[in-house]
Amino acid sequence: MPKLSHLARLEAESIHIFREVVAECERPVMLYSIGKDSSVMLHLALKAFQPAQLPFALLHVDTTWKFREMIAFRDQTARRLGLKLIVHINQEGVAMGINPFTHGSAVHTDIMKTQSLKQALERHGFDAAFGGARRDEEKSRAKERVFSLRSAQHRWDPKRQRPELWRLYNARLTRGESLRVFPLSNWTELDVWQYIYQENIPIVPLYFAKERPVVERDGALIMVDDERMPLAAGEQPQLRKVRFRTLGCYPLTGAIESEADSLPAIIDEMLVARTSERQGRVIDQDGSASMEKKKQEGYF
Amino acid sequence: MSAKPEPLPAQLNAWLAEQADKDLLRFITCGSVDDGKSTLIGRLLYESRVLFEDQLSALERDSRRLGTQGQELDFALLVDGLAAEREQGITIDVAYRFFATEHRKYIVADTPGHEQYTRNMVTGASTAELAIILIDARKGVLTQTRRHSYLVSLLGIRRVVLAVNKMDLVEYAEPAFARIEREYREFAAQIGLTQIIAIPVSALAGDNVVQPGDRMPWYHGPTLLAHLDTMPPVQQPASQPFRMPVQWVNRPNHDFRGYAGLIAGGAVRVGDPLVVLPCALHSRVARIVGPDGDLAQGLAGQSVTLVLEDQIDVSRGDLLASAAAPAQVSDLFEATVVWMSEEPMLPGRPYLLKCGARTVTATVAPLKHKINVNTLEKLAARQLELNEIGLAHLNLDRPLAFDPYEENRDTGGFILIDRISNGTVGAGLLHAALHRAQDLHWQTLDIDQAARSAQKQQRACVLWFTGLSGAGKSTIANLVEKRLFGAGRHTYLLDGDNVRHGLCRDLGFTDVDRVENIRRVGEVARLMTDAGLIVLVSFISPFRAERRLARSLLAPGEFFEIHIDTPLEEAERRDTKGLYRKARAGEIHNFTGIDSPYEPPENPEVRIDTRVTSAEQAAEQIIVHLRKMGVIDRDWVFIP
Repeated sequence: MPKLSHLARLEAESIHIFREVVAECERPVMLYSIGKDSSVMLHLALKAFQPAQLPFALLHVDTTWKFREMIAFRDQTARRLGLKLIVHINQEGVAMGINPFTHGSAVHTDIMKTQSLKQALERHGFDAAFGGARRDEEKSRAKERVFSLRSAQHRWDPKRQRPELWRLYNARLTRGESLRVFPLSNWTELDVWQYIYQENIPIVPLYFAKERPVVERDGALIMVDDERMPLAAGEQPQLRKVRFRTLGCYPLTGAIESEADSLPAIIDEMLVARTSERQGRVIDQDGSASMEKKKQEGYF
Repeated sequence: MSAKPEPLPAQLNAWLAEQADKDLLRFITCGSVDDGKSTLIGRLLYESRVLFEDQLSALERDSRRLGTQGQELDFALLVDGLAAEREQGITIDVAYRFFATEHRKYIVADTPGHEQYTRNMVTGASTAELAIILIDARKGVLTQTRRHSYLVSLLGIRRVVLAVNKMDLVEYAEPAFARIEREYREFAAQIGLTQIIAIPVSALAGDNVVQPGDRMPWYHGPTLLAHLDTMPPVQQPASQPFRMPVQWVNRPNHDFRGYAGLIAGGAVRVGDPLVVLPCALHSRVARIVGPDGDLAQGLAGQSVTLVLEDQIDVSRGDLLASAAAPAQVSDLFEATVVWMSEEPMLPGRPYLLKCGARTVTATVAPLKHKINVNTLEKLAARQLELNEIGLAHLNLDRPLAFDPYEENRDTGGFILIDRISNGTVGAGLLHAALHRAQDLHWQTLDIDQAARSAQKQQRACVLWFTGLSGAGKSTIANLVEKRLFGAGRHTYLLDGDNVRHGLCRDLGFTDVDRVENIRRVGEVARLMTDAGLIVLVSFISPFRAERRLARSLLAPGEFFEIHIDTPLEEAERRDTKGLYRKARAGEIHNFTGIDSPYEPPENPEVRIDTRVTSAEQAAEQIIVHLRKMGVIDRDWVFIP
């Protein structure tokens, strides 16, 4: 009997997870962050339900500080595929004028991302939210379940997580509880890139190296994406050939210098330059247990 | 494994094609806290070069701060994730690790060896095709080695690598290794593990993990990684019959009706005859829609959508099976149950059972024995505690299509879910159908409940009074019955104390016995309802789960839960039977409210607060409710 390749097995597993949630949950939604993992997740979801339409909406929690190219890509993707897209912005945060420069990455992320996500989930009454997190991303995620239970306060309690055996997932909820579901749990970063290549999945152009205006801050290359970026006296944006390994709020996302302007070149570069992808995120640098703490607070 | 050559863009296509062709091996590592398991996995990750530079610098930093290896890298820190466990220096949950070589992709289930071992190991083993069992060369085959091996064998893993670790601490001596290997093989054969390879390693020094060690010239076998890389993939036998649990019905329009699922066994081709279980309808495969369009054939492990030739009724939870080799169907099973909850498993209590895509209600009755996982002894047991394993009969409320676990993990493995907390409280393996269910048919009678009720000119139902001892249940139930009786209704009052003198004389007050007590009374109440009576049940019935069971035996609208709500202090103050005093004095054990819990109803039909309501008023309130619900006609005249 012919065997399945590892990508075929991962694909089948992810599709199974999508279908299980749609069959068992009342109001699922996909958290769409516009990044490459979201692109792969969306691609898999479309496969899982074809020829039917996607039986859930996409939710983008917009911090108002995303790269402009991300927003353009998001809107174009939704249009091209005829998807229902919900964009949520924490208007209270906007009214308070929250931004990563004045308030720092921690406050900005908490109010415009973590709190905003909770607002959106509650407002729409979603009981399950698909996320693109993978177990290989960070040590504290290695133990994350595929179906991760959140309390009515959206908190993650390691003690209440349910054992997951075989392909049997327990999606049952008590009042107020919800699920975060991670269909890419068992994918690695390399798997994601290989799959993007194999399936020719569109991704945001920011992943490809190009000359972009950047400034150097605390050792990270920050792209000057719009006029809101405050520059120090004498600070001049420089055009450098850079690309991004992960995408988020532009003031919090470090670029890397690179010549990789195509998919094969990125994969090639990945095998040579080994820097794990979360390094580009400024929010992960404060202490080794920080991701676990954020997860307990409800950050994705 | 050597470092990957830098692929040049020209060679990249070939490289990617090679990558796409790799297969996947999932394995589990078992060992106890000090066997060096984390160090072994950390070294596999380190030497197979899946670590990125910043992870390496974090490792160097952490090794200096938290490490136990002096100036050396502490590989264990790579895999110990949660902050809590780092502080305690132990791993507390199943973690999944990923690495790849030139030959394969790997997913490692890393399970801790301390007291939560059973739950975690069973979880990790459920998806593994191979197990690495670690032994400390200084200590040899220990109790925990036997326990780990038993669980591996129970979960159906047949391939085992015995990694005899810490060879550096026994001077890399062959006799120490040979003795352990011999002893292990003897034991393993008894539990059906035969595909074993033993490898002497030092995870700390790196010998025979990835690189061959020159300090053991007497060992001629492969290194651990070489063995994993070259082992042929686990092949399902070509003869395995086709199985696919239906996850979801895909019906976008009137022209398409497909059944989506992951193929759990065998293969399927267009035109194949299939049977839908448990309803036993037959059809043929018209189309196989794969992730990228129509396929001629679907294989085990693929997620597909099947279109059948006939318009038959198939829904989520059904099993599509080869018509030539269908799965079995039963509602009574012999099964191994692994208990994973702090709350014990009580025979007689209903749990949800999920197998494939089907969820049914299951009760354990009876528990045949539990297994001491250290000695493999069978012990008599009335309930299962956290991390205990038992052999039981499972009684389902609806039939389930299945294969014995030994033949198919996906159609023979199940989880148990608590109906109130919704937590996953257990897991298990179906072994065989028991045939009582097929041999004992339900006798259909011509005179039914409706006829018997109509003859009495009433609606049969159950009034279930629950509350603490001394709350006033019997007093109020008695008043209600007198009123109904006086109005010419046909009633019967089942009283907790009275029933314990006869039907339930053999039961005590442990949790197990309380569950059985309520099950029996629930069944009696059902029979009496079937006889057309209005049945009043006055029982403490402390657990929600059993009251829910009693409710489930009746049709909707036939069960009225009446909470006689008297707070503990008040019931204890009244102490009409002097039982609270005895319980406080330790003369009575398992007394509800004192040393046994009472779970108040969440949504009772009627709630009586006895601090502000007299017994007469309570009876009136209940009658009013029954009248409102149409159990009693509005124009009834009550004889005072």
